[in-house]
Amino acid sequence: MLNSKIPKGPLENKWSDYKGHVSLVNPTNKRKLEIIVIGTGLAGASAAASLGEMGYKVKAFCFQDSPRRAHSIAAQGGINAAKNYQNDGDSIFRLFYDTIKGGDYRAREANVHRLAEVSANIIDQCVAQGVPFAREYSGLLSNRSFGGTQVQRTFYAAGQTGQQLLLGAYQALERQVALGNVTMYSRHEMLDVVVIEGKARGIICRDLITGHLERHFGHAVLLCSGGYGNVFYLSTNAMGSNVTAIWKAHKKGAYFGNPCFTQIHPTCIPVSGDHQSKLTLMSESLRNDGRIWVPKKKGDDRRPNDIPEDERDYYLERRYPAFGNLVPRDVASRAAKERCDAGYGVGKSKMAVYLDYADAIQRYGTGEVNKLGLDDATKEKITELGREVVKEKYGNLFDMYTKITGEDPYTTPMRIYPAVHYTMGGLWVDYELTTSVPGLYAMGEANFSDHGANRLGASALMQGLADGYFVIPYTIGNYLANEIRTAPIPVSHPEFEAAENAVSERINKLMGINGKQTVESFHKRLGKIMWDKCGMSRNAQGLKEAIEEIRHLKKDFWSDVRIPGKILEVNTELDKANRVADFIELGELMCIDALHRNESCGGHFREEMQTEEGEALRDDQNFQYVAAWEYQGDGQWQLHKEDLNFEVAKPTQRSYK
Amino acid sequence: MDHSNISLTLEVWRQESASANGKFVTYKVDDVSPEMSFLEMFDVLNERLIREGQDPIAFDHDCREGICGSCSMHINGRPHGPWHATTVCQLHMRAFKNGDTIVVEPWRAKSFPVIKDLMVDRSAFDRIIQAGGYVSVNTGNVNGVDANAIPVEKDKADTAFAAATCIGCGACVAACKNSSAMLFMSAKVSHLALLPQGAPERKDRVLNMVAQMDKEGFGSCTFTGACEAVCPKEISITNISRLNKEYLNAGMTVDKR
Repeated sequence: MLNSKIPKGPLENKWSDYKGHVSLVNPTNKRKLEIIVIGTGLAGASAAASLGEMGYKVKAFCFQDSPRRAHSIAAQGGINAAKNYQNDGDSIFRLFYDTIKGGDYRAREANVHRLAEVSANIIDQCVAQGVPFAREYSGLLSNRSFGGTQVQRTFYAAGQTGQQLLLGAYQALERQVALGNVTMYSRHEMLDVVVIEGKARGIICRDLITGHLERHFGHAVLLCSGGYGNVFYLSTNAMGSNVTAIWKAHKKGAYFGNPCFTQIHPTCIPVSGDHQSKLTLMSESLRNDGRIWVPKKKGDDRRPNDIPEDERDYYLERRYPAFGNLVPRDVASRAAKERCDAGYGVGKSKMAVYLDYADAIQRYGTGEVNKLGLDDATKEKITELGREVVKEKYGNLFDMYTKITGEDPYTTPMRIYPAVHYTMGGLWVDYELTTSVPGLYAMGEANFSDHGANRLGASALMQGLADGYFVIPYTIGNYLANEIRTAPIPVSHPEFEAAENAVSERINKLMGINGKQTVESFHKRLGKIMWDKCGMSRNAQGLKEAIEEIRHLKKDFWSDVRIPGKILEVNTELDKANRVADFIELGELMCIDALHRNESCGGHFREEMQTEEGEALRDDQNFQYVAAWEYQGDGQWQLHKEDLNFEVAKPTQRSYK
Repeated sequence: MDHSNISLTLEVWRQESASANGKFVTYKVDDVSPEMSFLEMFDVLNERLIREGQDPIAFDHDCREGICGSCSMHINGRPHGPWHATTVCQLHMRAFKNGDTIVVEPWRAKSFPVIKDLMVDRSAFDRIIQAGGYVSVNTGNVNGVDANAIPVEKDKADTAFAAATCIGCGACVAACKNSSAMLFMSAKVSHLALLPQGAPERKDRVLNMVAQMDKEGFGSCTFTGACEAVCPKEISITNISRLNKEYLNAGMTVDKR
């Protein structure tokens, strides 16, 4: 049975009680304990820095050339925290409640409440590190709104919040590297977990420059390797983002939680052609001020600025008057798909909707005119001043849009369409962030825990840093306190030997296929199956077909993939092949999970299960649980269920109307 | 957007490994859509090379949104290519016309040795940060100091932010005739020196980071401004002036060295 180890007592006391009673490790013993951290994004860098400071011996690994390049760097909009600086009624409870509701009642209450509790400390911590958040003229921190909330609790640094937070964590990490508390291994990729007598004791990784395999021992292993959105080939993830670390852990006994829960982000730049290698997000913060619309007339080919106001359908404002353009991501994405599928889409592909800043520019321009006391300002002057305000808030995003599309969003509405962005699913973890393998932890996007079936905007950064700075430093002690007598296990141990041999065999096998098709072509085929049949909407028949198609694809891959070059050299195609092989296996499990969950919730929309108005229809009677899948050999999984009990936030139909 | 596809000639630096000799190799690419990014054009070329049994061209890239700082191609003599304030991954093929010849090289600097083809080793930047590019505050516990306890003048906060947007790509070094890392380092020194949180360590920070930069073999700054001109994040050369001021001030007032 799954034991989620949720502490007893009232929800609001659980974390403080836990901290008050958790086992501690004394400073002398910390120096003898070794911890491996995989990935250096917000979760990994913050964990490695914190644990290094505490005195543990830490080894951190990333596949990029520097820990500063982890994909957290690309997060744009902001980070939530229940500070209530705006005096708009925010509180820990509201952040907790919004997150549970936003996740469509598929997240664990205790974890989410803890997240809301530590959120305010994250901001204190980051400011102390020198993270340059946006400020008002008073010198105090500025906030903005994000989807799924009615308060302003999002802290930001222009459209580069992830960059600034990650650099803060990276600098803290490099400080520990300089002090000798953390050893950094860049351009290294983890290819297996070593489990000895039921506990995670190390990893096998590959040096991506020399191609050599290495063995590393650790008393505990932390997986902070991010999400697996690239299973769809096209996503907003970085090119290198992959599932390999958590997939290897899954195959060594870690259960996979809710693998089918995928976030499709509503505002991305649409696909322009077959050459497309990735999709680019336009931050959710743009929905603060931008208005989303399509023409009221089907197939309207006029330019957007030629379509008069009364012939535009601001469909989010029409359908969801209470939240308007700031409905949660799953709702906004489905609404865009609905309009496009119904024939109202815009642009060359007709698979896009408009995100329009004309009104915001006028509104801000008028505000500036009033502030400056320009009574006789012309319309041009108002527009000019309005554009300046918009530029300050969103300038880097608008520039990015221009570079990619060649269009000017200050004068022409942006074209946007939903794209894969985040995976709520991940390794199942208990309250202490331990997977089902003792000593093996999963943090940040790599675990399943806090966002249920849909993540709210600006909550990923919050979770990554919460896990790394504030949760793991306590919970890992509870495990390591019992490991102080465990001497480092030599990497000549037979389990290390066996794990390295298995990795080596697989690489040899891949290199020996010598087929005709490129790795990329397989990845594209997998992505198409996943997007068509396990994407924004899913149905039983499509999912069954997808499972068959993926099995076929897997056979084809293992008999016909072509990887050029040699093993012992820089070989980016081999790196990619290792990852794509894992994505193919994951894709099958995602479809199996989506097929078994015969309800709609959050980002998981089963066409068979919807209300008359086309909203997601949950089935709490039968599916109020976390699906935790146990790997039982090639293509076989056993389902375990963790029932979700809502003691405080009672499930209701989620409404944003 | 209705441009027709174009054909190009690429002269690409190929180098098997750090120790091997490199050379330019010519590739013809046809049917390039102007809507492609520069790296997508390389993807298409690499797919072709693999199918033809050749080794694909190695290059660093990851986010493809201009923020991770991985991509690093020297295009027609200019780091990141012809577009102002743009990384290679955001450069689109609209920038070129049919029949163009494009020369693509790795970053060229002694402190950034080539690993393979267009990939270079930029770990020297990490070591410069290790020398002092941080605030020495422990994580997890800031002694109850609320984030709003110390107001920061908006202008200063904005200037600190502008410096902090550096993506550590190394274009400044690649553009500099002396391969100086001054713009990179000055961005970090400025970011932290401008904020009250970074002030207590500002003297040691600047002295230690400059010492590390020299140790890594980066050249001296002659304030030519090539770095600023090619910086994809438009980091201002004013930061170098601030760095010099910080360095002089620290050098004259810190007596332990």
